[in-house]
Amino acid sequence: MTKVIKLRKGLDVNLKGKPADEIAQVKCPGEYALQPDDFTGLKPKVVVKEGDKVLAGDALFVDKLHPEVKFTSPVSGVVSLVERGDRRKLLSVRVKCDEKQEAREFDVKQDVKALLLESGLFGFFRSRPYDVVANPDDQPKAIFVSAFNSMPLSQDFEFILKGQENEFQAGISALAKLAKVNLGVSAKQTSKALLEAKDCEVTVFDGPAPAGNVGVQINHVSPINKGEVVWTLAAEEVIFVGRLMLTGKVDFTRTIALAGSEVKFPKYYKVLVGQKLTTLLEGQIEDNGYNVRIIDGNVMTGLKTTAEGFLGAHKTEVNVIPEGDDNAELLGWIMPRFKEFSTSRSYFSWLFGKKKEYKLDARIKGGERHMIMSGEYDRVFPMDIFAGYLVKAIISGDIDRQEALGIYEVAPEDFAIAEFVDSSKLELQRIVREGLDILRKENA
Amino acid sequence: MKALRNYLDKIKPNFEEGGKLHAFHSLFDGLETFAFVPRTTSRVGSVNIHDAIDSKRIMSFVVIALMPALFFGMYNVGYQNAVAAGKLAEATFWGMFWYGFLAVLPKIVVSYVVGLGIEFVVAQWKKEEIQEGFLVSGILIPMIVPVTTPLWILALAVAFSVILAKEIFGGTGMNIFNPALITRAFLFFSYPSAMTGDSTVWVNQQSILGLGFDAPEAYTAATPLGQAAGEGFGGFDCQQITDAVTGLIPGSIGETSVIAIALGGLLLLWTGVASWKTMLSVFVGGGLMGWLMQALGLTQIEWWQQFVLGGFAFGAVFMATDPVTSARTECGKYVYGLLIGIVAVMVRVLNPGYPEGMMLAILLMNLFAPLIDYCVVERNISMRAKRATKK
Repeated sequence: MTKVIKLRKGLDVNLKGKPADEIAQVKCPGEYALQPDDFTGLKPKVVVKEGDKVLAGDALFVDKLHPEVKFTSPVSGVVSLVERGDRRKLLSVRVKCDEKQEAREFDVKQDVKALLLESGLFGFFRSRPYDVVANPDDQPKAIFVSAFNSMPLSQDFEFILKGQENEFQAGISALAKLAKVNLGVSAKQTSKALLEAKDCEVTVFDGPAPAGNVGVQINHVSPINKGEVVWTLAAEEVIFVGRLMLTGKVDFTRTIALAGSEVKFPKYYKVLVGQKLTTLLEGQIEDNGYNVRIIDGNVMTGLKTTAEGFLGAHKTEVNVIPEGDDNAELLGWIMPRFKEFSTSRSYFSWLFGKKKEYKLDARIKGGERHMIMSGEYDRVFPMDIFAGYLVKAIISGDIDRQEALGIYEVAPEDFAIAEFVDSSKLELQRIVREGLDILRKENA
Repeated sequence: MKALRNYLDKIKPNFEEGGKLHAFHSLFDGLETFAFVPRTTSRVGSVNIHDAIDSKRIMSFVVIALMPALFFGMYNVGYQNAVAAGKLAEATFWGMFWYGFLAVLPKIVVSYVVGLGIEFVVAQWKKEEIQEGFLVSGILIPMIVPVTTPLWILALAVAFSVILAKEIFGGTGMNIFNPALITRAFLFFSYPSAMTGDSTVWVNQQSILGLGFDAPEAYTAATPLGQAAGEGFGGFDCQQITDAVTGLIPGSIGETSVIAIALGGLLLLWTGVASWKTMLSVFVGGGLMGWLMQALGLTQIEWWQQFVLGGFAFGAVFMATDPVTSARTECGKYVYGLLIGIVAVMVRVLNPGYPEGMMLAILLMNLFAPLIDYCVVERNISMRAKRATKK
């Protein structure tokens, strides 16, 4: 009997432009990029030069502190650019892909960890505390995989799992050789491949966003204490592992959701990690005469990018919403503003029920203030942690108190919904990210 | 609308760093964000969409919630004036209202001009946006003082509280005490003769611009709480309580009518701006203590009558629920509210010097709110520490 955990706190925002259950192919854009910034906490060291020929699965850069952690090319081709920014910071390594795709063959009979490190898949593992790239020397107490994303406009994993059930199970079984695997499943999911997955402990989570966040699931299943390490891997990346196990080759094909109110036909696309977004977005964005924001990733957690940008390594969707900086809305503090969504009943979105789909833009819709209202974060923060107090401890730089309040259990994404509802408009994800970085440096 | 937007865009560079009107940038920001929803979009690395709620909206709704009590207060000022002059039969509804309006308006103006003036200066100095916290404090202050308070004393008190109770702590959101109550406390301790409801008269006795009446000089009328604290008090009769519920009694401008306060309270609870936990527990605490005091024979006031007298209802609805100065944890809110109710009635009944205890009770609990939260948060911390050592 699978354990069911009911979560009451949280918030589902019903946004316009959800992806239809339909997968489309997209033309190869020719250029792919692997960006070290997508692997938080990584100090990269480039191991290729411009003009080098690489196969899919060949390393492009490695972790300076743990050179065995490799980050490998998703395609075969020629390294076209090693892009550096201020102070020679490595921004991306770009590969121009060949007509004929070739992938390196790996020996799948070797030790699983060595195989994952060699093939570049270990680079996708994240570790808590700090929500950074995992350290292969750690012995994690468990590996957590969340099989659903509860954020608005996100990818429906159950849909893209269809036809890849074997790969998924092979991936889970491989992970089980490293540590105990916990799989978090949504109460809405019915797929047998998820609910009856072998070699792992399945827990069902029933509740609004951010129930799909792996951090929330860890907090309810096996909270992280000081000194413990937990690894996490996204569900689609488990399929990457499975493909490697079954074929001996890396295949970083993702089925991402192109969604949002400004997308003409929101649906799924088969793309590769690091794909340039141009061909994906070509002719797909509505021209309504106002500025739009292209988001690499989810509307709640993703990064603003451009059509020239590349799909981030961990990203499972590309969202497009209005930017809103050309909007002149009069007397916002008193107008009814029927088109706006709010959890506060000083607006009227409570009146329209949960069925109404909103088209929200990227404006902050207020000025940044000190924390004024109390309990705002706690309403949407389904963990046994005082979110407001933790944020205050981070702002004031009090490390002992951060530890005491549970900073080791959280990641920036867990604060996304709290940041959305915050009337003081504090940048919680940024604050938490910076806090985690400082703490990691202190503890190193 | 478009023209205004374009005009603001045109003059905006003057107020930016290096512009010739840079010294007024906080004023410009304040007016611009008042007129239009800010266009700033979220930065890379933070959430891309936001809830439409902001502190301006929240504060505006508190001000709206205060309106019934304020308008009733204006009417009551006129009504009390007519009673004092013994000419209630001649007075008209609008006559009394406009009289009260003219009596109260200068106080609102003084409160806003002094308070917002200081806020603008501080915002300019700290290069921050204007914070809208004083929108609420500025209307609360005239409502919790007697109508007879001289304007210069009021100005002094507002300046004192905005600077010493709010700005030195870092502005709205960082203050420990409720600024409006600090104003009241300043008046109470610095000018006690004008502020206690037992010895002086809280009724305007002169006509204003031909409206209202001149009362005979020897007129005296104690507030009901003042009466109750006096000697030989034998309990209220039905008419007195009815007057206290509707609010036709002498008292501070905005806090006499329980009905008007209840209307505002309902709006605050419905919009979720005020915490029902705090509000409810203030009444529970006050009721318990009122019942105990009556049972012990220390007072003739029935337990439920405590709610309709003085500033109890107003304090419970608008002051205790101030999110910044009240307890911030959900469990803490119950304790915080309960103690406010208990202390308020205790001061009322047991302290012979001053008939009202609500202000002191809330200020005292403002001081203790962080301690209450500390205990609640500490429980979570020790749970986490225990979990770590168990394994």
